[in-house]
Amino acid sequence: MTIKTEEPPRTAAQPGAKSSTERQRRFAEEGRVLNVFSHGFLALWAFMIVFPLLWVVLGAFKTNTQIGESAWSWPSHWSFGAFSRAWSEGIGGYFANTLLVMVMSVTATMVLGAMAAYVLARYRFRGNRIVYYGFVAGAMFPVYLALVPLFFQVNDFHLLNSYVGLALVYTSFSLPFTVFFLHSFFATLPTAVHEAAFVDGCSHTRAFFQVMMPIAKPGLISVGIFNVLGQWNQYLLPVVLMQQQRGDSEAHQVLTQGLVNLMAAQGYAADFPALFAGMTIAMLPVLAVYLSFQRQVQAGLTAGTLK
Amino acid sequence: MRLSKNTRKNLFVTAFLIAPIGLYAVFVLWPYLETFGYSLTNWSGEAPPSKFVGLSNYTALLHDSVFRTALWHNLLMLAVLPVITIVLAMFFAFMLNVGGRGSTAGVRGVRGAAFYRVVFFLPQVLSVAILIILFQAAYRPDSAGLLNGIAIKLGLTDAAHPYPWLASPSAVLWCILAILVWQWVGFYMVLFSAAMQSIPKEIFEAALLDGARRGQTFLRITLPLLWDSVQTAWVYLAIAAMDGFALVSSLTQGSSYGGGPDYHSEVLATYLMRNFLTFGKAGYACAMGVVIFAITLLLSMVVLRFTRRDSVEF
Repeated sequence: MTIKTEEPPRTAAQPGAKSSTERQRRFAEEGRVLNVFSHGFLALWAFMIVFPLLWVVLGAFKTNTQIGESAWSWPSHWSFGAFSRAWSEGIGGYFANTLLVMVMSVTATMVLGAMAAYVLARYRFRGNRIVYYGFVAGAMFPVYLALVPLFFQVNDFHLLNSYVGLALVYTSFSLPFTVFFLHSFFATLPTAVHEAAFVDGCSHTRAFFQVMMPIAKPGLISVGIFNVLGQWNQYLLPVVLMQQQRGDSEAHQVLTQGLVNLMAAQGYAADFPALFAGMTIAMLPVLAVYLSFQRQVQAGLTAGTLK
Repeated sequence: MRLSKNTRKNLFVTAFLIAPIGLYAVFVLWPYLETFGYSLTNWSGEAPPSKFVGLSNYTALLHDSVFRTALWHNLLMLAVLPVITIVLAMFFAFMLNVGGRGSTAGVRGVRGAAFYRVVFFLPQVLSVAILIILFQAAYRPDSAGLLNGIAIKLGLTDAAHPYPWLASPSAVLWCILAILVWQWVGFYMVLFSAAMQSIPKEIFEAALLDGARRGQTFLRITLPLLWDSVQTAWVYLAIAAMDGFALVSSLTQGSSYGGGPDYHSEVLATYLMRNFLTFGKAGYACAMGVVIFAITLLLSMVVLRFTRRDSVEF
């Protein structure tokens, strides 16, 4: 995200442009007023985003009584006790569950999505268009349309409350966008390299894995980040699919679901510092990914809205 | 045996497509199609054989007052959420890109534009679970909540009379709506901002030479050229307005999947889930899924059809 700082061409220097200089001065004048004004509003909104987050993170260091008394109390001593309580109350387990599911689902999404997108973008065969539009259509429908039968479908495979099951469902629901995005990416890549590989006697499979995948890296990274964030933050699917089953001793909850349940289960015997600490723990990895790749993240997520 | 070139190509295509298509068909396409079928039955979700009941689930929906309340709430959000979010996002994007102290043509970004962009976009990457915990603490109905704390500091109310926020029947839906706006504005600000930057500077400079003021450059140049992005934003915000499940189900009162107080924050998605998982009325829930789908589809078509304009290539 760069800001364009280059000076515009000095149009005012043209002969006979006196009134134009006048106008530009007025424009600059307006700009000064607008500048204060715009900074004011931008800063206000930025504050509205950062302040509540910091306030809750600060809550992790307060005591339960302090939190219940006033919004403006300040932690009396800085200890990480709430963090270890949150971790032992299950956040650690939820974290591990989420990671396990995502290692499977993101890998599967990327490999299967890239394979399908590549074949659809680069090979002509009967039914190509039908398959492509079949995938793209899936991105347009609300999940609610599929929700009820999906539950029973997963049940039929005995995959309810199973990490593999959830990973397969995540993968399936991530495929439409992944295929759509990578399809347009593979379609724009130059054909010359691809053809050269075949002339050298490369097989179709090798051409894909050793020639096309490396070239497509920027696209793969964008859509990869999109999928990582999307699946990390998924809430509806785990709520439906990862419930306690007869025979299972416990529900294999993922982080989002676990946090919300932790909040709901607390009721009156609330341990707010631990809850806030749990939230902070859940926020840190996302924040780290976001701040290190913010350009790719913004590009990847906004690309999701392009038709 | 050496296979012919064509056979090898076909084998390759099949091998690469079989797994993605299989998975997609089993977990996405088939359930989508099944929903339509199940919506015509009185399926409880237990035993597979269920009675075909025709359209009676749909007629029952028409007479279900909770469903109608939920539908009304979704339509209300549908009317309000896109407008507020797009206006705010457009405003901030304009401030960010054109609000700078340009000495000549007014097309410079403000200082710290990169910082604002990072911060504004932040809510978009936070998990909905984080938003839920954050806003549960912010909307706390006693004086220790963040918003009540601020209100008391500002002298809008006193510690003895805190605002009830999510517990208030008249305010609860607006509280949920405010979270959605908070979450989405930054995203569309980034989207609009990128679109604004792709408008060639020469256009602004030409307008400036012709004596245009800032407001005019916005209304006559920026806005029309951003029309495509606005249209996209509208469709996606409409889809977001039809959802609201995560926030409503965990922030509002109500025994299963929220919706309270007294259905004042009920949305279609929460009512669907309650019918499915709590009441065991799977067929009825499917009919609701079809209604959500129909509204979304209709809306996308209306937005895309009636806001079509000539696009400008540059």
